[in-house]
Amino acid sequence: MGLELYLDLLSQPCRAVYIFAKKNGIPFELRPVEIFKGQLLSKDFSQINSLCKVPALKDGDFILSESTAILIYLSCKYPTADHWYPSNVQARARIHEYLGWHADCVRGTFGAPLWIQVLAPLIGVHLPEEKVQRNRAAIDRALQQLEDKFLRDQAFLTGQDVTLADLMALEELIQPVAVGFDLFEGRPKLAAWRERLEAFLGTDLCQETHGLILNILEQAANKKIPDPAPEIYPYMLLRISRIP
Amino acid sequence: MPPELFLDLYSPPCRAIYIFALKNGIPFQLRPVELGRGEHLKPEFLKVNPLGKVPALRDGDFLLAESVAILLYLSRKYQTAEHWYPPELQARARVDEYLAWQHTAVQLPATNVYLCKSLLPHFSGQPVDQERLDRLMGKLRPALQHLDQEVLAAKPFLATEQVSLADLMAFTELMQPTAVGCDLFRDWPRLAAWRARVEAALGPELVQEAHKLVLQPRDPRDAQRDPKLAQELVHRLLERLG
Repeated sequence: MGLELYLDLLSQPCRAVYIFAKKNGIPFELRPVEIFKGQLLSKDFSQINSLCKVPALKDGDFILSESTAILIYLSCKYPTADHWYPSNVQARARIHEYLGWHADCVRGTFGAPLWIQVLAPLIGVHLPEEKVQRNRAAIDRALQQLEDKFLRDQAFLTGQDVTLADLMALEELIQPVAVGFDLFEGRPKLAAWRERLEAFLGTDLCQETHGLILNILEQAANKKIPDPAPEIYPYMLLRISRIP
Repeated sequence: MPPELFLDLYSPPCRAIYIFALKNGIPFQLRPVELGRGEHLKPEFLKVNPLGKVPALRDGDFLLAESVAILLYLSRKYQTAEHWYPPELQARARVDEYLAWQHTAVQLPATNVYLCKSLLPHFSGQPVDQERLDRLMGKLRPALQHLDQEVLAAKPFLATEQVSLADLMAFTELMQPTAVGCDLFRDWPRLAAWRARVEAALGPELVQEAHKLVLQPRDPRDAQRDPKLAQELVHRLLERLG
């Protein structure tokens, strides 16, 4: 059995892993995990990842979680171009610098609009306006820092080349866009970065990766999103409770 | 010129870098940044790190923020012993996995426990809110359980068979609430044994030195120095801690 990647393309870090593997022609078996059908908690999956999180990688007996770790593992194990995770000490440090800030200021924050607008209502939870506004403010602050501290006048987030940092950022920024919050509007520098990055990755690959999430509102409107399995309620309530 | 490390030893990631540099004989110039006096928000420091956070590094023209980035940079530049960040693919992945997971799983809840137990009472002048503290300790519990019951059941350290950057970050992070009297290790014997092992590997004297500041009780007069600032901080803390 070769490399297996356990992914749900509704999830931002899963998409980053997917797009990286595909772009680099890394052979893998896709193991789709549908979070809202409760598949994270299934016996089969918890044997893979006791933390019950996606993305997860299985390479023979070796099991790995955390998108950052998976991306680094893939970029080092398979023949990928150096620019993704350069061997130059300072260039590589820049990527880790971005990923550290991303973990604190982007992860969790950019996923909230989808939870607020689509997922929480599926189980009858409606967040107070105060939290919605607080989240918007946090998103705005993060976008400002993204432009001022990271992107600046560079082509990509950590320099002139595409890196793992750009993938992680793109997938998070798309999440609110999917629920109608166009955070690229009024931010021409970021919009240009996105265009540049998507051109580099290729339209087909972007469509393939982003198709599911970008259709989420339409699916919700047509009542095509399955009712979450009851066993997934605690997980959903926990995620919702984390929205400050 | 040795690199400058901008640190406040009240901060766990700063302590991790401090310990790492001293343990490995990495030359550096310490640039203390007192968070309690708002020094991280002053223009001079913002030139070093526009994100306004410690730790930060300046190595000639090269400026770097974020603790994991700084630790990895130092380990590579000064070619520290392999066990800190192993070259072998899967061993390294385990360290990367912990370092990624710990931001939200450990750092965030452990900091919140510390803020509730130490900083909030300090600035508000009120006693510790036990209900809030219990709730926040409850949010840290899943991580402690995972480390004790799953990770450490299989090996002596968090990522590999030897102490690594994962252990260093975890240690200073878990010492934060511990240093102000929260007994995190009480229910977790493997975690307690791990802690002793890490302390022995780092060196008790170095650990003691790095933690001297956070182990000291805070001087109540510090909070009264600027009552308006104190009030603002209390407001922000309450918003953060819920």
